[in-house]
Amino acid sequence: MKFDLVLRELHRSENELAHVLLRLSERHKADHETYHVARDLVGWCHDHIRELARAGKDYGLDLDPSPASDTTLMRAVREKAAEWLGRAPELSLLLLADFRHLYLVASGVSLDWELLAQAAQGARRKDLLALAQRCHPETLRQMRWANARLKDSSTQALVS
Amino acid sequence: MPRVDRIAEPWGTRTPYGPGEPWPVRVDEFLEDGVRAEDVDRWVQSASILHSNGDGLDIAVKGGRIVGVRGRAGDRVNHGRLGPKDLYGWQAGNAPDRLVRPLVRDGGRLVEADWDTAMDRIVRRTRELLDEQGPSALGFYTTGQLFLEEYYTLALLAHGGLGTNHVDGNTRLCTATAAAALKESFGSDGQPGSYTDVDHADVIALYGHNMAETQTVLWTRILDRLAGPNPPAVICVDPRRTPVAEAATVHLANRPGTNVALMNGILHEILAHGWIDGRYIEDHVVGFDELRERVEQYPPDRVARICDIPEERLREAARLIGTARRLLSTVLQGFYQAHQATAASVQVNNVHLVRGMLGRPGCGVLQMNGQPTAQNTRECGADGDLPGFRNWSNDAHVADLARIWNVDPLDIPHYAPPTHAMQMLRYVEEGSIRFLHVIGTNPAVSLPELHRVRSILSQDRLFLVVQDIFLSETAQLADVVLPAATWGEKTGTFTNVDRTVHLSERAVDPPGEARPDLDIFLDYARRLGLTDKDGAPLVKWNDAEGAFEAWKECSRGRPCDYTGLSYARLRGSGGIQWPCDDEHPGGGERLYAGGRFWSAPDQCESYGRDLVTGAPVSPTEYRALNPSGKAIIKAAAYVEPHEPPGEAYPFWLTTGRTLYHFHTRTKTAKAPQLQRAAPESWVEMSEADARRCGFAEGDLLAVETVRGEVRARLRVSGIRDGVLFLPFHYGYWDQPGGHEPEKGRGGAANELTLTDWDPASKQPIFKTAAARVSLVERGRGEPSKAPTTTASRPVTAPRDVPGTRGGTDAEAEESVITTGGAS
Repeated sequence: MKFDLVLRELHRSENELAHVLLRLSERHKADHETYHVARDLVGWCHDHIRELARAGKDYGLDLDPSPASDTTLMRAVREKAAEWLGRAPELSLLLLADFRHLYLVASGVSLDWELLAQAAQGARRKDLLALAQRCHPETLRQMRWANARLKDSSTQALVS
Repeated sequence: MPRVDRIAEPWGTRTPYGPGEPWPVRVDEFLEDGVRAEDVDRWVQSASILHSNGDGLDIAVKGGRIVGVRGRAGDRVNHGRLGPKDLYGWQAGNAPDRLVRPLVRDGGRLVEADWDTAMDRIVRRTRELLDEQGPSALGFYTTGQLFLEEYYTLALLAHGGLGTNHVDGNTRLCTATAAAALKESFGSDGQPGSYTDVDHADVIALYGHNMAETQTVLWTRILDRLAGPNPPAVICVDPRRTPVAEAATVHLANRPGTNVALMNGILHEILAHGWIDGRYIEDHVVGFDELRERVEQYPPDRVARICDIPEERLREAARLIGTARRLLSTVLQGFYQAHQATAASVQVNNVHLVRGMLGRPGCGVLQMNGQPTAQNTRECGADGDLPGFRNWSNDAHVADLARIWNVDPLDIPHYAPPTHAMQMLRYVEEGSIRFLHVIGTNPAVSLPELHRVRSILSQDRLFLVVQDIFLSETAQLADVVLPAATWGEKTGTFTNVDRTVHLSERAVDPPGEARPDLDIFLDYARRLGLTDKDGAPLVKWNDAEGAFEAWKECSRGRPCDYTGLSYARLRGSGGIQWPCDDEHPGGGERLYAGGRFWSAPDQCESYGRDLVTGAPVSPTEYRALNPSGKAIIKAAAYVEPHEPPGEAYPFWLTTGRTLYHFHTRTKTAKAPQLQRAAPESWVEMSEADARRCGFAEGDLLAVETVRGEVRARLRVSGIRDGVLFLPFHYGYWDQPGGHEPEKGRGGAANELTLTDWDPASKQPIFKTAAARVSLVERGRGEPSKAPTTTASRPVTAPRDVPGTRGGTDAEAEESVITTGGAS
């Protein structure tokens, strides 16, 4: 059984996603829908982090139920974004880059939930399966948001 | 005939009637001083335009001028009645400061020019930008006050001719959530109910809808039911003590921003008591299980805490709604312009779906509009939709539209939903939209966060065209101003909230060189040389009736089918509802009878959106969710408002309207009776808050948010504690500042509102912002000038605040025609 591995990775990736959403909102405060919706969606990550910490106790994990603050881990993300900023000074292009990045990070979290659900089914762990079934749809909605925003923002940014 | 001061008595004299009986006829008439009915040269058929009710009326013409109006006794909407804005508002057309010549900006100033000069500048700039950047540089921001023919022509030339996706209306501010909520629940726009549902309902629930002030004649219908035998119970959800709240059986003054929690609480009770129609749900609805799970989390005690309302009152409202035999619900800005707008409005539809109460007399939903022709902006595709309620995300729908327009499907942008107004503004801010044509609206006063709006619209790199009848705040910022004709000066049709189509005929000539908006669009298309794919002119009509005939073809087979209508049929009629086709030759009174919806994947206007993120649902997902065209129940969780009050800004600020004004007062302030009734802005606060702060009626207060400050005199009103209210109508065109505050001291409510919108409907939020308030100067016993007849009624003794009166020049005639119907 490697539930501890999966839970630990999910806890990490949900923290990362929360951070990416917050950075996105900060960077695009002038793009009001991005700003507000990103902050609303951070709430879902925070719920998931809390739930994961609770579930982790059964597997000897001591996961922090409150979201991580800025860590060195996050620096890589910020640097990546800064690279994009350097290459494309226009905000609308930066927005595309940020949504593209968000989509990828959210996809990673989504895959992690898939892994948990698969393992939980194999081991007949109803509690973990229920956790995945409750949280995974919200991750998918976060992904779809990133995808939709890319779709509706990209034309104007790329043809103007 | 009795004469009634309709400023003092906005709803006129009662004509009581009972359930199922016909609403009695009462013909209201107001003519210019000294003119008698028998002096009038001609009566010309039209309908009201300073609200969305669509009251049939005749325009009185004498000596080539409009001299008054009279309600049409045979009209299905109003049975002869008119509201104060209809009775007096027509005088604005005769105002001496109408725009009568085009203006162009030369050396930084607007100077008069001829039409050729003005149009040449517009066409030249359009061509330059098309060559340089393409259609993404062009945006059109229209209104809810033109005619159907004008919107359809605009949609064709912008979407099909120029190929821009940037077309929206100020309907984004008033009715976008109505459309969005209908699409989410029923797959397509289209009002399920009818005004005649008022005649049959035993419970009427008004959600964030101060009908008494926004649709006075419809409210008159309810007042007449309330005065008759077996009156309906009325439920009012509103933070202010509106005339609706005063008439209500139950008034829920929930904390701003908590509508979703409130609705979930009501649905919780309905489900918990089994007040549902299980058979209807089984046969006609998808998504019920999700709703059941969701509302389980909203028991009344929790909801009462979130909303800060008495739990018992919530239970009582839910009981009335849950046990109604014929339930009519109406929704307006208190939901549409509030936090979680679409999610909350959709829950009202859900109440009707779980109770199986649609498509029968008295069982209706009215997701209201604010403006007279907002419905047509939506139908014709001038507002972020494609014409005929076609689905931008359905290639077959786009191909069908391309066939009708004889253009290539790729010429009609459909890579994303048509750009909404707030996003267009953002593109202007970023500099990617460089040409903005504003038609019949005044964003420099009506959009949120005005200092931002002004800074965006006054950029040098933006070419701003404003088409209007007055030199509004927005027009003062323009590069070219085009003088337009208004209601009574041009012919066209328009459609009200309950799908009633009226013909409005030209009664008089426009002043000076002003032209009908339709003629301006036709001229623009001609000068640009827009063609279809065979090289023929793209726009194939030259007048309003030609445009109407073309629109009929575009509407054929769609929910808003107009093919059975014609100018000849509408002329002399009392209004005819769509759908009007072979199946419904007399017009369809209600939609969705028998649980049949326009929601099949191949038919629907929209696949819906995620109510929290706003992400569109993909065609594949929708097919899986709703393969057989049922109604869709969408549940929603309550999300905290984005700007809650805190220590520095302890109050909720909410903005709204008053009975006597429309939009930014460009018209209503020019009718002396209306202007005198509400001459200047005011701020409302509750008695307890005023006492706690040490303020009194009439004190001059400064209201601040992080975005700015406005000053207004205090009206101590029946608003709930912790909430401030400012009317949004007041701007600067009649102030020294012209288009902006003088010396930084604002008066316009939108100086304070935040830039935030509902992710699903994209409607800006005007009802939840954090504010603080301080004393500028004592009123010394002089009360505020807010109306006393409406939601701004003072709580102080009547002797301290004189009542709102119109005086002798506001006396209108009323004639009640007695029939056997009333008891």
